[in-house]
Amino acid sequence: MKIRQISIFLENQPGRLSKLCHTLADAGVNLSTLMLSEAGEFGLLRIITPDADKAHTVVEKAGYAVTASEVLAIQVPDKPGGLASVLSTLDPHAISVEYMYAFACRTGRAIMIIRFSDLDRAADILQKAGFKVIKSSNLFAP
Amino acid sequence: MIPHLWNDLEGTFFPESALDYMPESRLREVQLQRLKAVTALTYEKVKLFRERMDAKGLKPADVTTLADVSKLPFMVKTDLRDTYPYGLFAVPMSEVVRLHASSGTTGKPIVVGYTAQDMEVWKQVIMRTLYAAGYSRGDIVQNMYGYGLFTGGLGLHGGLEGIGATVIPISGGNSERQIMVMKDFGVTAICGTPSYFIHLIETAQKMGIDFKRDLKVKRGVFGAEPWTDEMRQYIESASGVKAFDIYGLSEIIGPGVGAECECQDGLHIFEDHFLAEIVDTKTLEPVPDGTEGELVITTLSKQAMPVIRYRTRDITAFETSRCSCGRTCRRIKRISRRSDDMFIIRGVNVFPSQIETALLKTEASLPHYLIVLTRKGGLDQMEVRVEITGEMLTDNVGAMEQLQKRFGKSIEQITGLHAAITLVQPGTIPRSEGKAKRLLDQRNLTS
Repeated sequence: MKIRQISIFLENQPGRLSKLCHTLADAGVNLSTLMLSEAGEFGLLRIITPDADKAHTVVEKAGYAVTASEVLAIQVPDKPGGLASVLSTLDPHAISVEYMYAFACRTGRAIMIIRFSDLDRAADILQKAGFKVIKSSNLFAP
Repeated sequence: MIPHLWNDLEGTFFPESALDYMPESRLREVQLQRLKAVTALTYEKVKLFRERMDAKGLKPADVTTLADVSKLPFMVKTDLRDTYPYGLFAVPMSEVVRLHASSGTTGKPIVVGYTAQDMEVWKQVIMRTLYAAGYSRGDIVQNMYGYGLFTGGLGLHGGLEGIGATVIPISGGNSERQIMVMKDFGVTAICGTPSYFIHLIETAQKMGIDFKRDLKVKRGVFGAEPWTDEMRQYIESASGVKAFDIYGLSEIIGPGVGAECECQDGLHIFEDHFLAEIVDTKTLEPVPDGTEGELVITTLSKQAMPVIRYRTRDITAFETSRCSCGRTCRRIKRISRRSDDMFIIRGVNVFPSQIETALLKTEASLPHYLIVLTRKGGLDQMEVRVEITGEMLTDNVGAMEQLQKRFGKSIEQITGLHAAITLVQPGTIPRSEGKAKRLLDQRNLTS
């Protein structure tokens, strides 16, 4: 149910992101989506890729500080109030969103990558409410 | 009952080490006799020393007790530079069988010389150093000190051959090859600088090699730069290598001036060859035992280049108790800083070792760091760059900012100074293949 996400520590310096992207490109890692969070002089690059293991190894070997974590991929109704309905489902359960970003896909589905404070409970609640929590195997399917 | 005699290694007897256990009264007799001889020799042969003695109205005969050493003039590093290259030699060059030189940070290096007897003494003090750390025949030793003009590599080498160990004279650098050799040659012990070894532990991790599981290295002697107990704990827990501190400096003989025994509780000075004093850094008067000050050393048996009251710039104190190993030669506390490593920022004296202690209080393992000093609008600024490792990283920007704050707070608690903390990517702080560079002073203090 959960999707593996790779987070990489980057200094906020010209050329650092580009260099990392080249490292991933050289290894043939395709990025499905990513988010860059910055905090002054440094940032965290979070990536979702079908080659998570490979990306982790390659980036670590290239000398970056890297850590793996988990997130949920939620299919959001593609209409006004779609995301609001997902979030309001969780409101009574005191589950908070730590961050979220959009997943790029070719199928016309609207998918959000969300890091909840409690992933397992969030997945359970959303599924019971009829939302689609996308499995890793389906997320990258063409 | 004879307590703890000859117990270096499970009861094995090493004749060279016998001198470590000389009865104290006899040791002081030997020191006095040698002090008189070296003072007379240096007065006769070395112009700089003779002139300074004459200026004080002193003659070698004025040395009648060991305490009289404190009357004698000091020597400092610039004396070696000013007399470059052979001005402090006390024998003709035909007697000198070896030269070494230190890479001076400015201008000319300093040159030191050895007679054949000096080389024998050097070998023996290194053998005593190695026996104290539990080395013996049968050990396969990777010597990662630099070979060449630096005294470290060839100094250790002589003593390692002396004890009959198998020496691998690999020198420093080429970290991946170091690990390969360690593994393939079945290395059981190593010698080198602590900062380089910490770098090698990281290298091994990157290569997928676990020190404890894949390598047979059991002990190491480390020196040539100040290090801390926290670094020792890190080395021992991360690599399983028992880490012994050794002390020496080229001006005196090179490595082999002092060494830790199995108790790892201060360094025994080989007092039959080196007379140690500790003096107040300001008044230069001797301090009571147990009080911190600058270590001053007189060579008692050196022929080629005897050195009287050399100011080492190393800050330490005498241990006041007798070591439980039974050795009678006195111990100094581990040297974790040099008086000239110290920097002054906004009127506060700071040692890089204090910053290191602060960082280690925040993170369990030792991060690579660099202290950068700048001056903005007439005010000194301290920045500490800390490398983030995979273990320190969490997928949470807020947590990383908290870590940054904790580093800053810890430094402020220890030094009383605000430091700007910059978290940087792994490998971006220049690695030394030898001594670690911890301080980058970009203030232009002369202007």
